[in-house]
Amino acid sequence: MARITLDHIRHAYGPNPKSDAAYALREVDHEWADGGAYALLGPSGCGKTTLLNIISGLLQPSHGRILFDGNDVTNLSTQERNIAQVFQFPVIYDTMTVYDNLAFPLRNRGIAEPDVDRRVREMLEIIDLSDWSNRKAQRLTADQKQKISLGRGLVRNDVNAILFDEPLTVIDPHMKWVLRSQLKRFHKQFGFTMVYVTHDQTEALTFADKVVVMYDGQIVQIGTPAELFERPSHTFVGYFIGSPGMNVMPAEVHGSTITLGSEAIALDHAPKIAAGDKVELGIRPEFIRIGREGMPVTVTRVEDIGRRKIVRANLAGQPIAIVASEDIEFPTEPRVTFDPGALNIYANSWRVGREA
Amino acid sequence: MEKTWNNKAWFLVLPVLLLVAFSAAIPLMTVVNYSVQDTFGNNAFFWAGTDWFDDILHSARFWEALQRNLLFSFIILALEIPLGIFIALNMPKKGIGVPVCLVLMALPLLIPWNVVGTIWQVFGRVDIGLLGHTLAALGIDYNYVRDPLDAWITVVVMDVWHWTSLVVLLCYAGLVSIPDAYYQAAKIDGASRWSVFRYIQLPKMKRVLLIAVLLRFMDSFMIYTEPFVVTGGGPGNSTTFLSIDLVKTAVGQFDLGPAAAMSIVYFLIILLLSWIFYTVMTSSDADN
Repeated sequence: MARITLDHIRHAYGPNPKSDAAYALREVDHEWADGGAYALLGPSGCGKTTLLNIISGLLQPSHGRILFDGNDVTNLSTQERNIAQVFQFPVIYDTMTVYDNLAFPLRNRGIAEPDVDRRVREMLEIIDLSDWSNRKAQRLTADQKQKISLGRGLVRNDVNAILFDEPLTVIDPHMKWVLRSQLKRFHKQFGFTMVYVTHDQTEALTFADKVVVMYDGQIVQIGTPAELFERPSHTFVGYFIGSPGMNVMPAEVHGSTITLGSEAIALDHAPKIAAGDKVELGIRPEFIRIGREGMPVTVTRVEDIGRRKIVRANLAGQPIAIVASEDIEFPTEPRVTFDPGALNIYANSWRVGREA
Repeated sequence: MEKTWNNKAWFLVLPVLLLVAFSAAIPLMTVVNYSVQDTFGNNAFFWAGTDWFDDILHSARFWEALQRNLLFSFIILALEIPLGIFIALNMPKKGIGVPVCLVLMALPLLIPWNVVGTIWQVFGRVDIGLLGHTLAALGIDYNYVRDPLDAWITVVVMDVWHWTSLVVLLCYAGLVSIPDAYYQAAKIDGASRWSVFRYIQLPKMKRVLLIAVLLRFMDSFMIYTEPFVVTGGGPGNSTTFLSIDLVKTAVGQFDLGPAAAMSIVYFLIILLLSWIFYTVMTSSDADN
């Protein structure tokens, strides 16, 4: 298991990229701890699979270095890096038995047959496929096949990291939960460094210690699920995490007052905003309260999602979403107040910290 | 779930049924009709029973032609299948090379069979042919008109030139359908080039290979036009395959009865061998 250092990595698919836009991956510079569970979260095309393939060695970055435990592995092949990867669609060797599938990476590395046998049998126990060891892998269900792909990675007990590329996409919903909890258990049991690519926020949030949110070729925030929820450092994070996402409204800051159209909200500090910055106010729907006090809104629609209601309303000409309890009653002239601790202020889409 | 039966649907199949009847079943029955009768012309037929079948099955000429045919098909499969796989594996997977290769590969398949024969007939001639003349100039004794072995080599090389493309195109279609993730997983698992071929590419090509083997077997077993144009079945009878023999009997000697009996035996052999091929090659799917 290894600590992964991404040292100023940039990647472009075409040769001689001219502008920033030509880069599929713009400047990634981070260090991921040994034994951590990281989820790479972002929409399609944000560069998360590119980053994963750079870590696994299937792609060479255009610029920058990648280090495992401080050793430069940028020019090493996938095999030499000793990582395992589980793909979106289960990759199994159809004509082999389940047993041979698991033994394949060990035999390729010239490990003695008694050792191979011992480790494969252990792994069959772990992934719960002992009864299937002599079956042709072709006939298994999608989740069993995915377990074999995972097993092929885990069976080499010296892997530096295990990379997952949206591994649960083709799994039935009810099996997703089972597999996800099994994965978490394996992670605890073996302590491998794990990088998990997904575009499903629930998967990322329930699964990882640290969620790495990517947007447009760069990492916009790395944080715990709570951090991402409470202090999104980029408007994209606010919008992408949460259901519905954060309300982001154009605003103006004057000293320690922020104004939304004709409404003014007093802040307990003066955010540092340079002249000409695009200023936005972000507030999560969970931290807006409807009542008789505050700023007037017009309610346009109410969606019942079971235990809660989502209220769509207009505030100072801006559409906002509010999460309200199921038994909410609307006053004749509804008004809203914002929880002052939950206000986030953004300059040019990036969060302006209290200390800034 | 209850299945709905609607017998009116058979009417939809009727046109095809009639078409097949006219194009296949009725001519076939005509042949069956000829095979049990004898004629001396003037449309007068006499019952001959199974005499012609007896004659065929006891004729050395028939068995020799059959042996030649089997040997020819075996050589063709042994050459074209591995060569086709090899070329398909080495064809580019993307870029400008793909359409170029595909067009080049498709070219031999687009040439009419008797033209292929004519091309090679001229190509191999010692007096004016590029191949024959060059070989003669190099001091190699090559003459497909005189030497049976040279005639065989010419016919085999011609067929390989003409039909390997089909195997290549089928295999290539199988290869490009393999997702990249398989190759990436193989890299991660440390698989050798041979393992990638043995455990990823070959299994994924299996279905198309089955079709390629069947098509090439049936076609090579029924081959007529090209050897007829190049060698006319000679020298002697050395390249007289069943189909050439059949045409000689039917059109050359106008022995309708024996030719019809031979056609039926020939048809049954192809049917039987194709069925055996198919059963053997699909049986591995059914195990487990």
